[in-house]
Amino acid sequence: MIDQLGDLYRDVILEHFQRPVRKGQLADASIKVTGANPLCGDELTYHLAVQGGRIERIRFSGTGCAISQAAASMLADQLEGKTLAEAAKLIAALKAIMQSEKPADEVDLGDLEALEGVRKFPVRVKCAALSWNVIEQGMAQAGK
Amino acid sequence: MPKLDIESIRKDFPILSRDVRGKSLVYLDNAATTQKPLAVIEALQTYYSRFNANIHRGIHTLAEEATEAYEAVRAQVARFIDAPSERTIVFTRNATESINLFAWAWGRSRLRPGDEIVLTEMEHHSNLVPWQLLARSTGAVLRFIPVTDEGRIELAAVDAVLSSRTKLVAITLMSNVFGTVTSAKEIIERAHRQGAVVLLDGAQAVPHMPVSVKELGCDALAFSAHKMFGPTGVGVLYARADLLEAMDPFLGGGEMILDVQLTSATWNEVPWKFEAGTPNIGGVVAFGAALAYLEKLGMSAILAAEQELTAYALKRFAELEGVTLYGPRDMSNRGAVIAFNVDGLHPHDLGTFLDAEGVAIRAGHHCAKPLMRKLGVPATARASFAVYNTRAEVDRLIEAIIGTQAFFKRQPERIA
Repeated sequence: MIDQLGDLYRDVILEHFQRPVRKGQLADASIKVTGANPLCGDELTYHLAVQGGRIERIRFSGTGCAISQAAASMLADQLEGKTLAEAAKLIAALKAIMQSEKPADEVDLGDLEALEGVRKFPVRVKCAALSWNVIEQGMAQAGK
Repeated sequence: MPKLDIESIRKDFPILSRDVRGKSLVYLDNAATTQKPLAVIEALQTYYSRFNANIHRGIHTLAEEATEAYEAVRAQVARFIDAPSERTIVFTRNATESINLFAWAWGRSRLRPGDEIVLTEMEHHSNLVPWQLLARSTGAVLRFIPVTDEGRIELAAVDAVLSSRTKLVAITLMSNVFGTVTSAKEIIERAHRQGAVVLLDGAQAVPHMPVSVKELGCDALAFSAHKMFGPTGVGVLYARADLLEAMDPFLGGGEMILDVQLTSATWNEVPWKFEAGTPNIGGVVAFGAALAYLEKLGMSAILAAEQELTAYALKRFAELEGVTLYGPRDMSNRGAVIAFNVDGLHPHDLGTFLDAEGVAIRAGHHCAKPLMRKLGVPATARASFAVYNTRAEVDRLIEAIIGTQAFFKRQPERIA
């Protein structure tokens, strides 16, 4: 069992699930956005403090499976300090990886690299994708 | 009552011998849909190889044979649920459509603002959302019988909700989450004293225990063929003949009419008034094979076998640490469904791990989101049995749960 699933539940993912980073809320958030996977009940809320086109701070809260919560933690960790343009590139790269495509831009995935194993489990891709879908939604709101 | 030979029953279901991820399949998602015996699969093939034609029209031999086969199953269904006549049996696509049909065709012209529709807190979305739609279009009000933490209904709670304003009561006969079998007979008697009509959601109960509409005294009963060894795409609505007679049609089209003018039409007799368009003829015919299969085993024998297995599973679950069960621990008025959660683990993670062990369970909200909110959980895992499941399979489930707990308890190596 563990042999087959080690690729999905890599150590980094378990680490982020059990000890998430950047969990919490921001009183001064300029973007607050919530999203859910209605069929499984995973929920995520991101708070972003964006200044001058840069994500100065980011926090998340939510409930759900290990993949969704670990992805939320890893993505938050990777996004803090990035410009919105860099965030968009990172998300585009993650989406490409989930479809087994080569990302258009070379980006530093950090811990998010561990999500590569998820694409072998098609029913679980949506768990990981919730995090960047919510962020994208938040950035779209901010852009309006 | 002779004891069923489960190993020989298993041989009737071809899919049970397949492997999943290198392990032999343990299929414990029967509340979602059951597997199909060879007799049903062959009935589909025989229908399309020998009898396929549209029914109730055309005077050729095939049309006649297809019609006869289709209508014979209607009579078979009536016998199966102890209905007074085959005219009380309407074929639909599934239990959901049956409930929508009844809600719309019975309720739309009868309910007035302030009339009350009474449900329980543990209804499947299919026995909730149709009534929400009906309430919205008529001004009727939804009221809910509370359920206990174990999914039981207390009759005092029923009395507190029912009143002369109650026009319709729609409750499940067996919860798809808790596995509890409701005291439908007592609730129906109380509802009838208030002059209300009662529809039972039999999607979980009818496949697993003897159900007699005569004995229950319900006015309507909905269930699905695919949860009782039949094909997908076939559902049944039983309703009292006088109700069906008085009800408006649901869908308009061919088959359901007597005569059509350019601007008006008159309706066919019941039950055909409610079967617009070409139905799932092949599916209905194969459903007949499923009913014959169930009758051959005997519903009482099926119930006894499933109860024994559920009692064994509850005993095994009780040995586990860090596992929460949501339904009753005792076997009184309880079907073969066990909802549970493993502490610190989302059911989807558990589901993925069990799948890797070949064990298929359901993980999610079971189309009962209000109930999940009441339980204070986003979702649960659920194992649900059919007559072909064995103690060895329950053991595989329990071992896989223990293995998953062990995996998540291990400390990941810190990286960086």
